[in-house]
Amino acid sequence: MEKTAIDTNKPRGLHQYQWEIFLVVLFLAVNVVNSFLSPYYLTLDTFVSTPMNFLDKAFLVLPMTMIIILGNIDVSVGSIVALSSVLMAVSYNAGLPMPLAMVLALLISTTCGFINGFLQIKFKELSATIITLSTMTVFRGIAYVILEDRSAGKFPSWFSFLAWGYIGKIPFILIVFVLAAIVFAVILHTTRFGRMIYAVGSNRTACEYSGIHTGRVILGVSMLAGLMAGFTSLFLTSRMGSTRPNVALNYELDAIAMTVLGGISTNGGKGRITGPLISIFLIGFLNYGLGLRNVSAQVILIILGTLLILSVLVQNFTDRQSAPSSKKISAPTHRSDAGDGSDIHEHSAQGG
Amino acid sequence: MQSQVNMNTDDSTGGANIRPQNPENGSNKHPAGLVSKLTRNSEAFQELGLLIFIIVLSAIFQIRNPNFLSIANIKDLLANTAILSILAVGMMMVIITRGIDLSIGSTMALSGMVTSLTVSAHPEISPLLSLAQGMAIGLAAGLVIGVLVAYFKILPIIATLGLMNILRGMTYLISKGKWVSAYQMSAGFKNLSTGTTLGISNLILFAVIIYILYAYFINQTKTGRHIYAVGSSPDTAELIGIKRKRIVLLVYALMGLLAGLAGVLWVSKFASAQGDTAMGYELNVIAATVLGGVSVSGGRGRVSGILLGSILFGILANALPLINISPFWQQFIQGLVILAAIISNVLLQRRNDKLALKKRVI
Repeated sequence: MEKTAIDTNKPRGLHQYQWEIFLVVLFLAVNVVNSFLSPYYLTLDTFVSTPMNFLDKAFLVLPMTMIIILGNIDVSVGSIVALSSVLMAVSYNAGLPMPLAMVLALLISTTCGFINGFLQIKFKELSATIITLSTMTVFRGIAYVILEDRSAGKFPSWFSFLAWGYIGKIPFILIVFVLAAIVFAVILHTTRFGRMIYAVGSNRTACEYSGIHTGRVILGVSMLAGLMAGFTSLFLTSRMGSTRPNVALNYELDAIAMTVLGGISTNGGKGRITGPLISIFLIGFLNYGLGLRNVSAQVILIILGTLLILSVLVQNFTDRQSAPSSKKISAPTHRSDAGDGSDIHEHSAQGG
Repeated sequence: MQSQVNMNTDDSTGGANIRPQNPENGSNKHPAGLVSKLTRNSEAFQELGLLIFIIVLSAIFQIRNPNFLSIANIKDLLANTAILSILAVGMMMVIITRGIDLSIGSTMALSGMVTSLTVSAHPEISPLLSLAQGMAIGLAAGLVIGVLVAYFKILPIIATLGLMNILRGMTYLISKGKWVSAYQMSAGFKNLSTGTTLGISNLILFAVIIYILYAYFINQTKTGRHIYAVGSSPDTAELIGIKRKRIVLLVYALMGLLAGLAGVLWVSKFASAQGDTAMGYELNVIAATVLGGVSVSGGRGRVSGILLGSILFGILANALPLINISPFWQQFIQGLVILAAIISNVLLQRRNDKLALKKRVI
């Protein structure tokens, strides 16, 4: 049974990528519409430089994918971005050299992630939602305490290179993002740690019984989320040239929406990183196109909220169709959007 | 800090308690009285702790600023807490079923905006009709969330995060980014919140009425008890024939209804409806609710608790400006309060479980 389940699941080829194909089709549709809206749209330049507008928050999507595969939600990432950005600016203005201030920002954000993870493993009774909801308030609260309603900036001129610079013809941020995405894809899909994320996400109790340090997995993922929030804060601050305590408001919504639209099930335990990677560009170019049409930010809010709910709806629907009776175990063969390895863990958990 | 207060009250009351509470444990001198009392009434102890904390806090504020405990300020404080406490009622039910609702700030904004626009176009409309209109809008929003969560199995946080943005965007769209100001609202409409009846602020009366109705509903009616059942064990609840989905739908619908009501009261109180009305207010409500001992793991929470939680939160919000703490500290303090509250709830629960286990062994 277990064997056949895995065997039949593997060689299904293109079929198991149907969600990604769907996203690519959507992406192409968005671009076709966009090119009708603006005659100057369809140039290679647009495709290479448009990502500079939205890639800063895309860094949050990479760890958010892991968090949602773990079956958790993290709503504090936007606040972490704000806090580390504010602290970086303040410490630079206080005389710290810029490179050190940048390192400090990354350290702060990773510490924030550590705090999130630590609280989650110390107080297992509490959901990650409520923990990150309270740390979200605390982190942004600290940012407000430090900077009140002022803004801070006056960074050295080279700092703007992060967000605006090109290496050759390619934006620097795009290169960094591609590297980060590769690292995350490798971690999630080829390493022990990555497999553990799926295992914990499909059945945490079984993982604990089979000797996986679930706490370490959660802590590790939380710290990665913190680190990436630090990256976002660097690029965001560089793009804006100054910072305020209310930057990166609602970034968590963007990150969660992109991840869920990318086909990561909020039930945890499955999904591939390819989906969220496509949906980053899908939503980014969609926003860009709406901007071309002069659609207001408020309408974009509505669209984003609707997309978030619709994509979860569609996923829950396909989940239920593919697993009619006893949820996950009975019919893994029909699952179209299953993470390739999650089945193994589920079965070993059930068998052993 | 919260947990310490709670622990102390537990110990002192337990220690003073010599009379055996439970006949079968009466022979066992040491922990039995404490144990049975604690396990039966841990929430009461928690609320006692909260009450002591409120008293201590008020005393400190009173020393720092002698105007704090004046009748006028207390009236002010209660009126300002009324909207928060009304919303805490709805949030308590949502959290008892293990859910969360982040959309209520947006629901309030939408209901406030639509009702005030209606009033500015037709000043002759009765204020009660405005209330009904706001509640209908809130109910509609709540029903959408309820259906998404209960029937389409979307996580509450995702559904309400999505709705939060959709409703906020709709508020901006409907108002076209403009405000509705005091002069556009009829006197009757503004009177809803700022007026008094028999010398008591209308806002306080609204809160009192809702609390009386709610205390009856959640404690005395079958449906009210089903909410607790669904929260403590969804599967068991379903096994014994409770319509779980219907209860979940009901909970979010009621939350929406109350948010709609609160939106009208809010706009009438501040005599201005804006696109960013009540932005982030959901966090205050969640804070007050968990502070009142409502467990985020579901199934636990009492009416008296959220009332105390709201008052404590109201005191914090009201007193900080009075004792010259910068308003920029507010969010930080609020976050710490939520964190302390949820952690102390967990610690208290663990302690109770352990004591209950000990009692069994003996």
